Amino acid sequence: MIANFTPVSAAVGGVLIGLAATLLMLFNGRVAGISGILAACLNLRGSDKSWSAAFIAGLILAPLTASFAGFPMPAPRMPDSWTLVVVAGVLVGFGTRLGGGCTSGHGVCGMARLSTRSIVATAIFMATAIVVVALSRHVIGA
Amino acid sequence: MQMVAATMCGLIFGWGLLISEMTQPTKVIGFLDVFGTWDPSLGVVMAAALAVSSIGFRYAASRVCPVLVPKSLWPNRTEIDPPLVIGAMLFGIGWGLVGLCPGPALENLATLSPRVIAFVVAMAFGMVLHRIWQKRGAGPERLHAPTAVMIDG
Repeated sequence: MIANFTPVSAAVGGVLIGLAATLLMLFNGRVAGISGILAACLNLRGSDKSWSAAFIAGLILAPLTASFAGFPMPAPRMPDSWTLVVVAGVLVGFGTRLGGGCTSGHGVCGMARLSTRSIVATAIFMATAIVVVALSRHVIGA
Repeated sequence: MQMVAATMCGLIFGWGLLISEMTQPTKVIGFLDVFGTWDPSLGVVMAAALAVSSIGFRYAASRVCPVLVPKSLWPNRTEIDPPLVIGAMLFGIGWGLVGLCPGPALENLATLSPRVIAFVVAMAFGMVLHRIWQKRGAGPERLHAPTAVMIDG
């Protein structure tokens, strides 16, 4: 059953994400992979620290500017369990570095270049996440 | 100028996540919940982003150089190796558990939600952990070093 589908806002948002990725490549010659950008910002890779920090600043400022334009950011609905939140955070951090990218780096930028590596990575993390949600929602019933 | 361009790109990226509601973990989980009440929105976000970036990247690649720097860093790795597969699986587990990937997690810091802050700190810790593990020589990078640069995403 399909529910809560918002195709118009999804398409508009997607166009903006694609535009941001294009502009970063066009102006700075860099891939808009957020996990890689965070790693660079943390000084864990390469020499891209300063612009990475600027990109993340823009990302965090976006909700503040958007709220002036009439798109206030709703509070995120997070799991109750702190343990779950922390374990998931570590897995996302470690996994994206090991796999060399996340939803943006592999899922948008890599797939746009038709990189086999990115297509494989995206298929794997999507399938894994679908299994995890299926187990937690319908089997364990969290 | 590079800093200004990067900030603008971060802003536009953030607006995109916000308008499409991808900053809301439960919206993302709605997409991943294909066996429940499925919300296909994330698929549309991705398709639209891909449509724009595949055309945009083709144009960017056709130029001699980027506007602000002498050279583009296009990802150059092609191998499908165990770190890619295992890394994507670990990321998938974490993503499925909470519904946050790195972009929306960072953007949600603006809400000052304590759980989001904990998630981001844990995520940064996971990245540091990977770096330590890699430096100790257990990681795959030693095999590729020094030619391969990790510039996937």
